[in-house]
Amino acid sequence: MNTTVVAQLQRQFQDYIVSLYQQGFLDNQFSELRKLQDEGTPDFVSEVVFLFFDDCSKLINTMSTSLEQPDNVDFKQLDSGVHQLKGSSSSVGAKRVKNVCISFKECCDVQNREGCLRCLQQVDYEYKMLKTKLQELFNLEQQILQAGGTIPQVDIS
Amino acid sequence: MKNGCGSGSESCLSSMEEELHVLAVDDNLIDRKLLERILKISSCKVTTAENGLRALEYLGLGDPQQTNVMKVNLIITDYCMPGMTGFELLKKVKQESSNLKEVPVVILSSENIPTRINKCLASGAQMFMQKPLKLSDVEKLKCHLLNCRS
Repeated sequence: MNTTVVAQLQRQFQDYIVSLYQQGFLDNQFSELRKLQDEGTPDFVSEVVFLFFDDCSKLINTMSTSLEQPDNVDFKQLDSGVHQLKGSSSSVGAKRVKNVCISFKECCDVQNREGCLRCLQQVDYEYKMLKTKLQELFNLEQQILQAGGTIPQVDIS
Repeated sequence: MKNGCGSGSESCLSSMEEELHVLAVDDNLIDRKLLERILKISSCKVTTAENGLRALEYLGLGDPQQTNVMKVNLIITDYCMPGMTGFELLKKVKQESSNLKEVPVVILSSENIPTRINKCLASGAQMFMQKPLKLSDVEKLKCHLLNCRS
């Protein structure tokens, strides 16, 4: 094992994950999620996270359909979708996505179709952005493991 | 003999003869997965249900033909679920004349609404907890339950 390479990768990983918290992509719940992973369940976080992204994709499609007809918006179904998305994003620590959902809910509550459309677009953007960021993070993890190192515990407080 | 439930990795369960069997009810797949994992790390046996009806079936309150009935020590349920809410599930359990009504029911919710919390507690909920759930929440819950048990 090349300890210099491992140390370098670990440093890179640390800096990257800290930046994700600092830029508001992730919040403390993501750290809580990482605590649930161990040697016996090394893919727990990535599994949950990818389930979340799948969920986002499906919900966004459904909500898009609900918003299609200007005169016939199903706000009840929309609200249900936003509630689900807000819950999931909160549970995985996807801070930006969750925050958009809060605005989205407000638009639903007052039946503001234009506002909802904007929020939908934003939620789509944010989840895809987060997906790219986390794929990079998991990639760094893999590199560390392949180089024979261990993934650092990162204390965000 | 009870262990102290202080900090560190000391599990309250180490003095128990059998593991806690928890029925975890939530319509959200991600939350179900999370809850299941947290409970398993806390040394609980877990059965998950995606809605109130399923939960009732597992508890033997559904279809009389149901053979897959199990004994649970704890029910943890989300409040907001389509069809039957967690609150409705709570009431059904507490209305039972069998031992089932003694099973503690914990309600989880992402929303911190005092009237909601109060009505759940008034209807016999053991505890009301805020989502998203952390590992430390379940540790605290277990301590609370184990202390209540004897």
